[in-house]
Amino acid sequence: MTAISVKPKRKSKKRDLAFPIVNTIILCLIMIITLYPVINTIAYSLDDGYDALRGGITVYPRKLSFEAYSNMLKDPAIYQAAHISGSKTIIITLLNLFFTSMLAFALSRREYIFRKFITTVLVLTMYVNAGLIPNYLLIQNVLKLGNSYAVYIIPSMFSCFNMIVIRTYICGLPEALVESARIDGASDITAFFKIILPLCLPVLATVALFVAVGSWNSWFDTKLYNGGKKDLHSLQYLLNMKLATTNNSSNAAQTSVDALASQAQSKTTPITVRCAITVVSAAPILIIYPFLQRYFVTGMALGSVKG
Amino acid sequence: MTVNARILPKRKKSLWNIIVQQKWLIIMSVPVLLYVLLFNYAPMWGWITAFQDYKPKDGLMNSDWVGIKNFSWLFSRPEFLDVLRNTLAMSIINLVFGTVSAIVLAVLLNEVTKTGFKRVVQTVTYLPHFLSMVIVVSMAQNIFSSNGVINDFIGKIQDLLIKIGLMENKPMPVFWLGEKKIFWWLQGVINVWKEVGWGTIIYISAMTSIDPCLYEAASIDGAGRFKRILHVTLPGIKSTFVILLIMNIGHLLEAGFEIQYLMENSQVQDYSRTIDVFVMHYGISKMQYGIASAAGMFKSVVAIILLFGANFIASKLGEDSLI
Repeated sequence: MTAISVKPKRKSKKRDLAFPIVNTIILCLIMIITLYPVINTIAYSLDDGYDALRGGITVYPRKLSFEAYSNMLKDPAIYQAAHISGSKTIIITLLNLFFTSMLAFALSRREYIFRKFITTVLVLTMYVNAGLIPNYLLIQNVLKLGNSYAVYIIPSMFSCFNMIVIRTYICGLPEALVESARIDGASDITAFFKIILPLCLPVLATVALFVAVGSWNSWFDTKLYNGGKKDLHSLQYLLNMKLATTNNSSNAAQTSVDALASQAQSKTTPITVRCAITVVSAAPILIIYPFLQRYFVTGMALGSVKG
Repeated sequence: MTVNARILPKRKKSLWNIIVQQKWLIIMSVPVLLYVLLFNYAPMWGWITAFQDYKPKDGLMNSDWVGIKNFSWLFSRPEFLDVLRNTLAMSIINLVFGTVSAIVLAVLLNEVTKTGFKRVVQTVTYLPHFLSMVIVVSMAQNIFSSNGVINDFIGKIQDLLIKIGLMENKPMPVFWLGEKKIFWWLQGVINVWKEVGWGTIIYISAMTSIDPCLYEAASIDGAGRFKRILHVTLPGIKSTFVILLIMNIGHLLEAGFEIQYLMENSQVQDYSRTIDVFVMHYGISKMQYGIASAAGMFKSVVAIILLFGANFIASKLGEDSLI
């Protein structure tokens, strides 16, 4: 080690200047690569339908046109889908938060006799699940939840990972809080609602965001259970259907010709329509994300304590 | 320790007393427990369909029993062996790509001294994690389409090579989304794009807990920046890396479902189908519940074995138990 320290200092100084510059350039490139597809998609959605078929759109529309959006907004299906997506997101978030935090509180109490048992039962579900078919049979054939709004809500009322996040947070609070409330005669449930829950607001915000993003982004439940019911389609599922059609037409490797023939009447093409729906269904997340980003990260750090 | 126990330590508490005392905790937790038993454990009963020729109209109890016919059928089909190969290949690609890219980005971020810039990079790179896979695949269709930006870029390089005489004539543009040999790597790249930023969080939090004295001591001993990364930063995140690696081994058959399902087309399907996609096709689309269930059960059972194996290794290595 001492041999190295004898080395002349000039070289290392030069390297110390070069590295931050190279590092900054690399990180900027990574940011560009991350953002490029998003901007590219927005540019496609704002481009003229036929022009977009030629491809080669980069970060701005070559021939500006709002046709894809105005066409989409004329379609009542998009409003219905936005309504379904929005309302299920809000309902799921509230219910999930309620049940998850309540259980987290019960399992944070060291004296609770079923604590160990319930925790084991719950944590195992994070690693083992029955799989698609048994779940499908349960929900579709046994509980008969298919083709209903309830199928969005009922299976998503609790999540184990979030319970651990909240429990970790509650365990970090001073234990004397609950104990003193109990001495003053409060029951556990009063202590939870009056004392613990208000203190948990930061972690609840984090968990609410996780749940809300998850239910806004879900499309597979619609496909499995509500595919046949048009007024229960979510935004993500509309986009999924658009993807399926473009996937099929790209099989022919002649997208542009086919599309031109089938879309001769309207000014939009499948590409611009798909991109417009992509932008609309990503918009809420793109808009709220920068402001709430720090909550997401706190939650991740809490969950990783025992994930 | 509840209040009563403190004040009256001598009175022996029977189980009933404890239950009465903790009635609110029980009321708060048991409904959720029942809910989890219904939605997470009760479906395991459905595994018996793997041993049946299940017909929805006959129900679980009246369908014909076929023993292990579904399993032997599966493993005699080259199609299912392809599915297994795809699952393992994509799972390993995702694990290696995902881990390496996250560690590299975390190291680069750790070297940034300006907090403002660091936060901007983090905000931007976490973003794709929150976009749904449907949105991501839709964006990928633009980027990788035959006249998309990737092919544009390659075309420009080829033009340049032709100009300076290193290349004779321009090859056909690659059809990224319909090339089965590329599919594994393509989904790997898209997964890295989506998750690399998010994956750094855990490594960065491990790096912040490294004692700064170690860096100082290393530089006094003459270690340059790369030596410091190599001998201080990377050893500092070793235990996090090991835990995550072991946990991921438990998920070896979880190559993913959404991206493969959404990007599937008739040209790539031999290479794109994972077990989950296979289950979807056989179970939901073709209504072959018995076969799909057998495939799903195979995956779950292997996952359980891998999980306990990984947990065993973790405890042997002296790491915290995972469950």
